[in-house]
Amino acid sequence: MTTSTAPLAGARQGRGIAASTVQERRRSPRDWRGWIFVGPFMAVFALTFLAPVLYSLFLSVFQTKLIGGTQFVGLDNYVQAFTDPKFLEGAGRVTLFLAVQVPVMLTLALAAALAIDSRRLAGASFFRIGLFLPYAVPGVVAVLMWGFIYSPRMGLTGNINDLLGADVLAPFSPPWILVAIGNIVTWEFVGYNMLIFYAALRTIPEELYEAAALDGAGQFRTVRSIKLPALRGAITIATIFSIIGSFQLFNEPNILRSLAPSLISTYYTPNMYAYNLSFLGQQVNYAATIAIVMGVATAVIAYVVQLRGMRREQR
Amino acid sequence: MTARTLTRVAAATAAATLLGAGLVACSDGGSPGGSPDGSGPGGGADAIEAALEAGGSITYWTWTPSAEAQVAAFEEAYPNVDVTLVDTGGANDNNIKLQNAISAGSGAPDVVQLEYQALPQFMIADSLVDLTDYGFGDLEPLYTPSTWASVSQDGIWGLPQDSGPMALFYNKRVFDEFGLEVPTTWDEYIDAGRALQAADPEYYITNDSGTDAGFGTAMIWQAGGRPFAVDGENVTIDLEDEGAQRWADSWSTLVQEDLVSQIAGWSDEWFAGLASGKIATLPIGAWMPGVFESGTQAGAGDWRVAPMPTYDGGEPVTAENGGSAQVVTQQSDNPALAAGFLQWLNSSDESIQVFLDKGGFPATVKELNSEEFLSHQSDFFGGQEINRVLVDAANSVGTGWQYLPWQAYANSVYADAVGPVYLDQGDINDGLVAWQEQNVTYGTQQGFTVGE
Amino acid sequence: MTTPTLDRLSERSSSWLAPRSSKLLTAAMSLFVIYSLLPLAWLTISSTKTMDSLFGSFGLWFDGPFALFQNIHDTFVYQDGIFLRWFGNTLLYVVLGAGGATALATLAGYGLAKFVFPGKRGVFAVVLGAIAVPGTALAVPTFLMFSQMGLTNTIWSIVIPSLISPFGLYLIWVYAVDSVPTELLEAARVDGAGELRTFFTISLRLLVPGVVTVALFSIVATWNNYFLPLIMLSDPNLFPLTIGLNQWNQQASGIGSEPVFNLVITGSLLTIVPIIIVFLYLQRYWQSGLSAGSVKQ
Repeated sequence: MTTSTAPLAGARQGRGIAASTVQERRRSPRDWRGWIFVGPFMAVFALTFLAPVLYSLFLSVFQTKLIGGTQFVGLDNYVQAFTDPKFLEGAGRVTLFLAVQVPVMLTLALAAALAIDSRRLAGASFFRIGLFLPYAVPGVVAVLMWGFIYSPRMGLTGNINDLLGADVLAPFSPPWILVAIGNIVTWEFVGYNMLIFYAALRTIPEELYEAAALDGAGQFRTVRSIKLPALRGAITIATIFSIIGSFQLFNEPNILRSLAPSLISTYYTPNMYAYNLSFLGQQVNYAATIAIVMGVATAVIAYVVQLRGMRREQR
Repeated sequence: MTARTLTRVAAATAAATLLGAGLVACSDGGSPGGSPDGSGPGGGADAIEAALEAGGSITYWTWTPSAEAQVAAFEEAYPNVDVTLVDTGGANDNNIKLQNAISAGSGAPDVVQLEYQALPQFMIADSLVDLTDYGFGDLEPLYTPSTWASVSQDGIWGLPQDSGPMALFYNKRVFDEFGLEVPTTWDEYIDAGRALQAADPEYYITNDSGTDAGFGTAMIWQAGGRPFAVDGENVTIDLEDEGAQRWADSWSTLVQEDLVSQIAGWSDEWFAGLASGKIATLPIGAWMPGVFESGTQAGAGDWRVAPMPTYDGGEPVTAENGGSAQVVTQQSDNPALAAGFLQWLNSSDESIQVFLDKGGFPATVKELNSEEFLSHQSDFFGGQEINRVLVDAANSVGTGWQYLPWQAYANSVYADAVGPVYLDQGDINDGLVAWQEQNVTYGTQQGFTVGE
Repeated sequence: MTTPTLDRLSERSSSWLAPRSSKLLTAAMSLFVIYSLLPLAWLTISSTKTMDSLFGSFGLWFDGPFALFQNIHDTFVYQDGIFLRWFGNTLLYVVLGAGGATALATLAGYGLAKFVFPGKRGVFAVVLGAIAVPGTALAVPTFLMFSQMGLTNTIWSIVIPSLISPFGLYLIWVYAVDSVPTELLEAARVDGAGELRTFFTISLRLLVPGVVTVALFSIVATWNNYFLPLIMLSDPNLFPLTIGLNQWNQQASGIGSEPVFNLVITGSLLTIVPIIIVFLYLQRYWQSGLSAGSVKQ
């Protein structure tokens, strides 16, 4: 253990400002030894992710009826999905959610991470912890709390409306319910994303800042030319995870449904639709089809985001 | 992480397909054969006695508050039998878990509680044991006709535990404060709603947001509607029959004039509204007093029970709102023992007494007519002998009602169809038509022959 | 909120090494933190109320008898003290699930960062491709598969799927690229050390801050796991806290309902307190790991 210190210091000094992965690749052993480390993960991964995906693919080409049993139907379920107004409505809704909530949340998270990293904030660690705390709250509890706050008669919403003398805020109304859900999701995950960004900011070597200071760069230039480029990878990964999260939107609307059942339908999001199809409607095959269609759509969008992220980096 | 890694998704997925396919194939190998059905033709009541004597262990899923005490009493009476009690929390979770276990082919309990409306769904899928062979036909006289009818269609699929004949619960303090009479017809009910809103806009005659199918179907039932007719695989759905329209027309008035609160039932806000009387009445099943007592103590002494209003002011008629039975599943390894437990659970005096002590509303004729039950004065209801009203209701339930073979699913999409109409303050008939369309589509998809 | 923050940052080109705190920035961030903490304040205040005072009072101030200790007591004894059982279950799932997830992600992330091996690119592609499929919709196939293997309604049905943390894998991967110098590994190889030995004696040390971070996220994810146990478990004796609390909450519905909103609220508070303590505790390590550390000199 003690031996690690000396070579480490040497290695660190020898390392350039930007660690060159190309160099590392060239020097790394080119053989199967990596699987010693990756193998266990992939084995469990195959069992818990790949096998169910494949099973879903299998299920999606059959149809089971209460009367008449199971039969092979080829791609019928897929054809049905693309003409199913309920599925399309849900897919449209999560796309809208994705287009609005994800940028808002990530911008807030980015601003918070930059602010906390700026060293111009008194009690920065308090803010970091304070913003991250909601992530520690289980979804059930988060929705319970916000559901109460949203309540027009008993909650804070009611208090604010009384104060303003009008029903200004109405989270449980058709135009606002999606915003209300977006707010809960933002509240839960903004701190999580902030932490991803913040961790990336902390990996920027001090020398870069020193060099920038010597060049007379101001805060804004430092942010633009050092911090944001360093954050690209983190932004890309946070975006991808947020896209996946949006397309999988389930817990918040599903739990909030008990408070606003007429506003949140059983097919409010594709994931709710798939869940209700399989668990209430016993249409396991069609539910698997919906899951696959959404999975492919998510993968494609994540891929596009990834490509764009890379292109920017190369520029 | 590079862009190129992702260009290989397709290739990698193909590789993964091979890997995973092997796994699936492996997991298939060890699965046990189909579900056991070793009962053979049951040996009547003797088989039950023998099984109870021999003993064994069974699992029982329920969400009835009295279950723990009932199981304890049973195990004392039959020391050789070991009952594992699982609290499934509520009807929805219970049904989902049961459905999962049935799809999986294992994991279902021996005895399980099912709402009357969910029973046909499991019955038609051949998931339940027909108890006729165990001599359960002899038990018919013990139960009210409406509950017995719910468990016996082409066989006997369970024994009724409780019932929910509807009555009108109203807040007497609020009625007195605003000088209202207890309505006996739905027209009077609507007028009372108008008077209440005119006097204080914070007060509503009741709450309903078009999302509780149990309520909607019970109200159609009470109005004389019989929208569902089931004959094996042939199902007829007519949610625009005379009764359904009668209810939808009168209830639309309440919605359109904004006389009902759209608070979601069973929410904290709902309990608060009942406690304060801002929700002034509830047409609901006879099991409600127990809920009042446990959830709205602040409203103690304010509430009373009256018969359901009628449409024509004539003979009282009501409907069943909720209630459930216990059944034996096909997966049970020891159906005779399960049947024995079930018989004790829902027909022995000892068990029913425990059930009554916990505030349940029984389905058995004897208990419903016992003077002790009828003359019980409820403190929560200001000393009113509420069971007299509720038992009268139990005796005036309209006959001939049937549920769909997929009622649990149908109920889950009721809010999708009817809820929006409430939000737009539209005509409930439109919502019922939409609900009908969804059910016709679903039934047809599931292989039923559906007529309208 | 974004714009003023950035403007403020740009306003002054004071020396980076001697920053001064900005009042405007602090004010904006304070609003942000209030937004984050408000619901938690509601939860804390509400857990001091009886069910009756819960219904009739302003949410952000105390009202009625101070019933916090009564509520805590009731939460622990309700239904023969099943809350404690749920608490123990949750701990078990966290130790096995999050512990295993951290270990697997650390090994795999390190392997991806420091080795070139056949199929390496495929690994990441498959991981990313597969997690894009909605997990909740995979629930049914997973359930059916697990039930064929006899795993449903056992702790393994919760633990095994928790073992996979794609985000943890990514984090360790990125982290290991920079924090474990390849020269060091080659030096060890020259000395004849096996790869696993090198990992446990040298590399793991350097990875500690990253591992702690992954552990933190895995613990939170497992502690808050809701959907998986919801479908996998039918025996309340195996429930984790989230499912138990939701069962108590649902208990307010339907025939025979016994609403216990005060216990749901107090139970929720008791559920998040340990996870917050763990976070604060691990956060110290994480912070010191970063600043002392291998990443930033």
